[in-house]
Amino acid sequence: MKVLVAVKRVVDYNVKVRVKADNSGVDLANVKMSMNPFCEIAVEEAVRLKEKGVASEIVVVSVGPATAQEQLRTALALGADRAILVEAADELNSLAVAKALKAVVDKEQPQLVILGKQAIDSDNNQTGQMLAALTGYAQGTFASKVEVAGDKLNVTREIDGGLQTVSLNLPAIVTTDLRLNEPRYASLPNIMKAKKKPLETVTPDALGVSLASTNKTLKVEAPAARSAGIKVKSVAELVEKLKNEAKVI
Amino acid sequence: MTVLVVAEYQAGAIAPATLNTVAAAAKIGGDVHVLVAGQNVGGVAESAAKIAGVAKVLVADNAAYAHVLPENVAPLIVELAKGYSHVLAPATSNGKNILPRVAALLDVDQISEIISVESADTFKRPIYAGNAIATMQSSAAVKVITVRATGFDAVAAEGGSASVEVVAAVHDAGRSSFLGEELAKSDRPELTGAKVVVSGGRGMGNGDNFKHLYSLADKLGAAVGASRAAVDAGFVPNDMQVGQTGKIVAPQLYIAVGISGAIQHLAGMKDSKVIVAINKDEEAPIFQVADYGLVADLFEAVPELQELL
Repeated sequence: MKVLVAVKRVVDYNVKVRVKADNSGVDLANVKMSMNPFCEIAVEEAVRLKEKGVASEIVVVSVGPATAQEQLRTALALGADRAILVEAADELNSLAVAKALKAVVDKEQPQLVILGKQAIDSDNNQTGQMLAALTGYAQGTFASKVEVAGDKLNVTREIDGGLQTVSLNLPAIVTTDLRLNEPRYASLPNIMKAKKKPLETVTPDALGVSLASTNKTLKVEAPAARSAGIKVKSVAELVEKLKNEAKVI
Repeated sequence: MTVLVVAEYQAGAIAPATLNTVAAAAKIGGDVHVLVAGQNVGGVAESAAKIAGVAKVLVADNAAYAHVLPENVAPLIVELAKGYSHVLAPATSNGKNILPRVAALLDVDQISEIISVESADTFKRPIYAGNAIATMQSSAAVKVITVRATGFDAVAAEGGSASVEVVAAVHDAGRSSFLGEELAKSDRPELTGAKVVVSGGRGMGNGDNFKHLYSLADKLGAAVGASRAAVDAGFVPNDMQVGQTGKIVAPQLYIAVGISGAIQHLAGMKDSKVIVAINKDEEAPIFQVADYGLVADLFEAVPELQELL
């Protein structure tokens, strides 16, 4: 089967971001950018499906700025066969991304689309579900295990009380949780080979997609700072402080 | 203006997160209606009708809605949504699973995990693992929103007397089915609603050592949480994870034991009233947010703490 994987370029997860002085957003100038960790897990899962002989071709797609080509090349180095960049402004809303991905799904006709469960910048946790709605496909969100069972897909999902397993008709949409797999590193030879793999660039206009949104960000502020408290010397002092000063026990 | 709240329930009882979501709906203003969708949910609907401030409860009781599969429940909510100004759900795994599907079917953007209501169309939500707070405005005809429970004080579970109305509509997409579930059993309070939370990290060393935290928690009437490191190492199940990608908690007292305090973990607990850190590394970032820090070996400090309580 053909597998489509969506990846996003985001600020590296180790970076402590700073809010811009004019409250227009977060300062991303000269900040290290990487592939969203949940998207790495999505790419890894697709590559494993190919290694098992389940997937025949892996197409990786990103909706974002021209610089997202770097993340697509990373995905190609990890084992994807070809890449598509839907070149658009940064900081799109989830619905616009889902609409662009829907257009790519219509064109590519994959049997399975894998996305991360959320991007660590916007923390929306929406795109996979929205793509499932637009395509009419079933969704297996927050997946910690994915198994192809004939013409169906069994997905074990991380839910609030534990785990849940659902069976989905193919084609289907899956979003990855952290426990799905441990992504591999790209080797240098694979990074070199990835440079020769095809990367196609399209515009939302060419796909006939409108990026209009019903959401507007009015301002972005730093959260209320929490200041460091005190260090206690002993367990006895800790218990005394909790009882008499903080009054929480 | 009428707000529809999609109820979260577990084991036949209304989940606490529903009460926080009704509180957010009350801040928006107008009547608050609650939708209970599922199979054999008559009892849930009755308790939903008692929630303070709820005007009407809609019950969609059908086998198609069992285990609230999004492929079936989302079209139901979309059908009902046309009569509402807002559709809200708690940002639980169910809420996060279903609501974006509803939003896309309505062709509107969703606002995820709001922590405050500024006005009927303007909301605040954390982004970048809680390192920035965005103020968002929605121009959608129906505003689709998930609510972070810790951002709102729960309304009373008793005292209301809403009317109960049966929704006959049945949507069965036939694209998915439930195979089974494996729920963690615990006598301790539920993590997201607990007044005291004791959490362990990589410093616990192994899963067996979590018994020290369980007995401390039992003494405090606390829930037990964990960092991602502890979950990934297999010490405890993933539903105990506190953080950006796990559960968000804001208890009266949070005791972090053997947790370094990575950005992703802080995102899930830094709104706790009092934070205590027990760690042998005095440079651990957790001490930058802890009200009370104790630099000590947890295997000595935790049993001693338990003894002194």
